[in-house]
Amino acid sequence: MRKSNLSKVLVVFLIILIFLVGCSKNNKKITIVGSSALQPLVEQAGNDYHLSHLDSNIVVQGGGSGTGLSQVQAGAVEVGTSDVFADTQKGIDGKKLVDFPVAVVGIVPIVNKGVGIKSLSRKQLAAIFTGKIKNWRQVGGKDLPIIVINRSRGSGTRTTFEDLILKGQEAVNSQEQDSNGSVKKIVNSTPGTISYISFPYANDSNIQKINLDHVKPINENIRTNKWPLWSYEHMYTKGKPNKATAAFIKYILSKKVQQDLVPKIGYLSVHEMEVTRDSQNRVMKIGN
Amino acid sequence: MAKKEQDLQKVVEKAIAQQKVPHVKFKGIDPKNIDIARLTKPSKETKQERWGKGLTFLAIALIGILIVAIIGFVGIHGLATFFDNKVNIFHFLFSSDWNPSAGNNHVGAAAMIVTSFAVTLLAALIATPFSIAVALFMTEYESSKRAGLLQSVIELLVGIPSVVYGFLGLTVVVPAIRTIFGGTGFGILTATLVLFVMVLPTITSLTVDAFKAVPKELRKSSAALGATKWQTIFHVVLRAARARIMTAIIFGMARAFGEALAVQMAIGNAVLMPSNLVSPAATLTSQLTSQMGNTVMGTLPNNALWSLALLLLLMSLFFNFLVHLIGKKS
Repeated sequence: MRKSNLSKVLVVFLIILIFLVGCSKNNKKITIVGSSALQPLVEQAGNDYHLSHLDSNIVVQGGGSGTGLSQVQAGAVEVGTSDVFADTQKGIDGKKLVDFPVAVVGIVPIVNKGVGIKSLSRKQLAAIFTGKIKNWRQVGGKDLPIIVINRSRGSGTRTTFEDLILKGQEAVNSQEQDSNGSVKKIVNSTPGTISYISFPYANDSNIQKINLDHVKPINENIRTNKWPLWSYEHMYTKGKPNKATAAFIKYILSKKVQQDLVPKIGYLSVHEMEVTRDSQNRVMKIGN
Repeated sequence: MAKKEQDLQKVVEKAIAQQKVPHVKFKGIDPKNIDIARLTKPSKETKQERWGKGLTFLAIALIGILIVAIIGFVGIHGLATFFDNKVNIFHFLFSSDWNPSAGNNHVGAAAMIVTSFAVTLLAALIATPFSIAVALFMTEYESSKRAGLLQSVIELLVGIPSVVYGFLGLTVVVPAIRTIFGGTGFGILTATLVLFVMVLPTITSLTVDAFKAVPKELRKSSAALGATKWQTIFHVVLRAARARIMTAIIFGMARAFGEALAVQMAIGNAVLMPSNLVSPAATLTSQLTSQMGNTVMGTLPNNALWSLALLLLLMSLFFNFLVHLIGKKS
């Protein structure tokens, strides 16, 4: 009896194994790995896409921009998503990857409500994050030491922030948090803190958003680059995408997703941008 | 018919011929038509034996390969920092300048090593007296029935996922420390308090086992000599259980050293050499968890993280080695 039980178990295992192997050979499967900022958008789009394309099989995973880029470069996944340009990353050959910017997201500095500041200049912001200004009094606020909460080193948000604001200066060594949610929570509850988060997370009356050079952090200002702190959300494929992948990327860039889903999640559609920016941070007006 | 079987047939016939007592005929068993094929083949039981042995050996081999693969993988990537990227190993161990993306002169893990050890030792230091007291109460003072209940409560604490501890630390301990000491509330002290709760059940249940392993005769002889309960505990039970208590503490420390998620949520993640207990710091594990998604495989920042992982692996091997050493000595 025992022996027959054993063989039954083995047979079941075998069937599962065959099933799994069969799954992985499915050509329609698209695996998308990388940026956690882009994950909700792609996940939702993937679900909607599945309703109209029943044979599609889209798997979306987070893991970070670095993971996305190295996985797609290694050919392990069909699409790698990233908050940063691939050619700015060491160890990634940007020429082998094809870039599809699918959305634009703004980044806004936030402070604790008790510091008494609503606006900063870019120079002041840079001086705070490099540790040159240490008290809120120096920028017109209360007499309160500044506590910098930075984002995880190498994360997309931090890379964008440092490229555009610090411009090569070294940030002061400080506390680091890796998610928008926890940054917001800490800034909300700790006196004297400053940090920065992406727009979709900033609609919260418990934290103070900062105007940069008196420009308001709203999507309308990103469109013209008046608000300079923004980045693309990229989808990268290794070489030309295969048919199924290309169809899905086309779907994400379609009007339906760009006008409906993208704003709903808090991003800005790439089609609405009046400027472009390249990996060297050169801004160009579209049409010129 | 094979030669071997013919030989066997001859042996059987010869044996029957030399037999002095006449052969008794059983039903079904007849030396004349003996089933040689069945006799020469392995029996069902032998097959079963081989199957069992084979399966268990396969499992062991698989685990062995897995362990070697893991150690090899972590080793190759972790050592790449020193061989491929030419980071000086002394710089890695003794400098606290951590910014691997800036080049191989900025790969110093000392701040994280010190912080990791600080939280581990402090957590063990606070947890050990508590654990010993709780274990003593459970084994020496309480009836075994109620002690069993206490035991299951403590084992429940072991089962709570570390993210829950981290979450509690973030929402309860961090604001408390902030109100008392100022600053952000993140730091070594906060992480220590969270870890204290996490290692307490580990150390306690192992210490309970340690006291239970002390023979009853020792306690009885001590009582016969006129010692009070406390004198017996202090001079006999604690002394006899010393080695096992040490093992319990080391197991607790190993858990504290390797804990990532809860510490990451409570410590603040600033790679700074800690100057006090209430300023943000970073441990080896917290740096690993917060950075691994942001680095590109094969680059220096990624290899540097593997080096941290290798260091963690070596430390856990060291803890295991200590446990063995103490076990041998006692």
